[in-house]
Amino acid sequence: MSALLEVRGLRTVFHTRAGEVWAVDGVDVEVRRGECLGIVGESGSGKSVTFASVMGLVRSPGRVAEGQIVFEGRDLRALSAREMRAVRGKEIAMTMQDALTALNPALTVGEQIREALEAHDETLPARGQARRAAIRAKSVEMLGLVGIPSAESRLRQYPHEFSGGMRQRIMIAIALACRPKLLIADEPTTALDVTIQAQVLELITDIRARLGMSVVLITHDLGVVAEHCDRVMVMYAGQVVESGPTEDVIASPRHPYTRGLLASIPRPGLRGQPIKPIEGQVPDLIGMPPQCRFYSRCPLRRDACLAPVAMRPAGEGRSARCVLLDEVPA
Amino acid sequence: MKPLLTVEHLSKHYEGRRSLIERMTGVPHTVVRAVNDVSLTVAKGEILGLIGESGCGKSTLGRAILRLNEPNKGRVVFDGTDVTALAPLALKTMRRRMQIIFQDPYASLNPRRTVAEIVGLPLKLHHLASGEEARAVTARIVERVGLKANQLDRYPHQFSGGQRQRIGIARALVSNPEFIVCDEPVSALDVSIQAQIIALLLELKREMGLTYLFISHDISVIGYLADRVAVMYLGEIVEMGPVDDVLANPRHPYTQSLLSAVPEIEPRGRKARVRLKGDLPSPLQPPSGCKFHTRCPLAIDICRTLAPVSEDVGPGHQAACHRLAEGVSLMSESGT
Repeated sequence: MSALLEVRGLRTVFHTRAGEVWAVDGVDVEVRRGECLGIVGESGSGKSVTFASVMGLVRSPGRVAEGQIVFEGRDLRALSAREMRAVRGKEIAMTMQDALTALNPALTVGEQIREALEAHDETLPARGQARRAAIRAKSVEMLGLVGIPSAESRLRQYPHEFSGGMRQRIMIAIALACRPKLLIADEPTTALDVTIQAQVLELITDIRARLGMSVVLITHDLGVVAEHCDRVMVMYAGQVVESGPTEDVIASPRHPYTRGLLASIPRPGLRGQPIKPIEGQVPDLIGMPPQCRFYSRCPLRRDACLAPVAMRPAGEGRSARCVLLDEVPA
Repeated sequence: MKPLLTVEHLSKHYEGRRSLIERMTGVPHTVVRAVNDVSLTVAKGEILGLIGESGCGKSTLGRAILRLNEPNKGRVVFDGTDVTALAPLALKTMRRRMQIIFQDPYASLNPRRTVAEIVGLPLKLHHLASGEEARAVTARIVERVGLKANQLDRYPHQFSGGQRQRIGIARALVSNPEFIVCDEPVSALDVSIQAQIIALLLELKREMGLTYLFISHDISVIGYLADRVAVMYLGEIVEMGPVDDVLANPRHPYTQSLLSAVPEIEPRGRKARVRLKGDLPSPLQPPSGCKFHTRCPLAIDICRTLAPVSEDVGPGHQAACHRLAEGVSLMSESGT
């Protein structure tokens, strides 16, 4: 099965006054057709920047320095700005964490869906009444698809007139307006309450199945990944440290960071037992030596970790970035 | 056992502003009942978890207990003293014993004060120590929460989010209090840092014999650390009881749907999902009768007109729902 999106050796750098920050440093991603890939990591791990790079949304002082981003056989980095604009929104769409700032407060929801359709949908009639009617019909259909009732009248409303969960749905509706092949959802539920989160995640899973698209779900919540993603990639300090089928990674994590992350999650079943937090904090990426980035916090660190560490195979469909895998056969 | 803290029928209402014309024409105030007739107790050495979604009034309740927001009705009794009746000076003395840790480690520290000044302020306010002694006490608590004494003269912006939350904890603990309202102290933190702060709060509780009211929207956190839990919806407590009991056998349909919505890491922990309709209603126009009826899959006619009264459903376990007696449950309907 060929991959829909294949990223190889992606490196994205931000030039700051304090020095260069390699926010994404040698990241490989493969998104298969129809799958939901989870990207997990804490703040600053580079999960959002990786996909901003894929979308061509990294702006100065940031720059995609190296790597290949191949979408359906085309290298996106080789495309002109104009060609890239045709890919964004139409073939790959992205929803942002904070729907209130991502939506335009001065335009009605209907106008914002129309913008997406006008920019990308070639099936619309060229002009006139027929075009307006087609846009209207499609907009109503999109709001219906994301579960917003009385779509006709709600198209005339502004983002502030919707609740947080509804705004996230609207953003998903805009992203899906042109039926993209890949939806990148960046922390779609982080700002939402748990009952609303459940509604939005079910919606994404449901639409993925119905439209047959692929989804990349960026989140810091391993529970969300466990319930909704086929495969997972764990990121730490700008690198992928572990990837594989979600169930396997959670059942037997191979990287000490993944293990630490799972052990850090308080669970009712662990009451009375001390949780084992990962000591210390994420390293400063400025002037980071080319060693294992988890070195300073790793309970199993050794001298071999002070050299650059590459991803290694770690079992069926799995890989991890840890020298310990050489010692204990997977 | 005599409770350390007793809250009786506490209410906190906010009145909307009226324009001059509205006032002259006698348009009534719009009222938000952020906390409505809440009663609870916290025993000494206990952690009472308070969960609910945003806007349910859990933070307002925590602040009203400390009189950071003046409650409109009801009483708060702390160790035999009616806090709600205290004059300002006596209240200040009482605050030495009742403290709060805030959610946002960025907004709750004065950016223009050093750690020594922030953490040492309660010592000064309560005349507990001054000069060299104050600095020594401050250094001791700062080291206890996991920072270094040589960081005392730094400013909040020089610390990470987790470290700032440690500063907030040091400030709350420096006056040697007995009771702490922990208002979402780990919600703004990354998972690995969150675990560090939870571990620290539990250690400190043991060492200093503290009692916590722990406010959170994260059921996993509450399930891990609380002894008892109270579930809030639109300003009211709908269910309260021992945490094991409430998590294993939730009786209120809201608690049931809340628990079923939590994503589970382990497949065997996964429950059939109870899908709630719609969003939280506007607290400006709360529903009549049972406030949950607009979203409740089990609502019947009586729920729309009559507010249910809290009743015992097990040892120390109460819930407020008209359909308790029938034994109807969302969990059983969804086939778990």
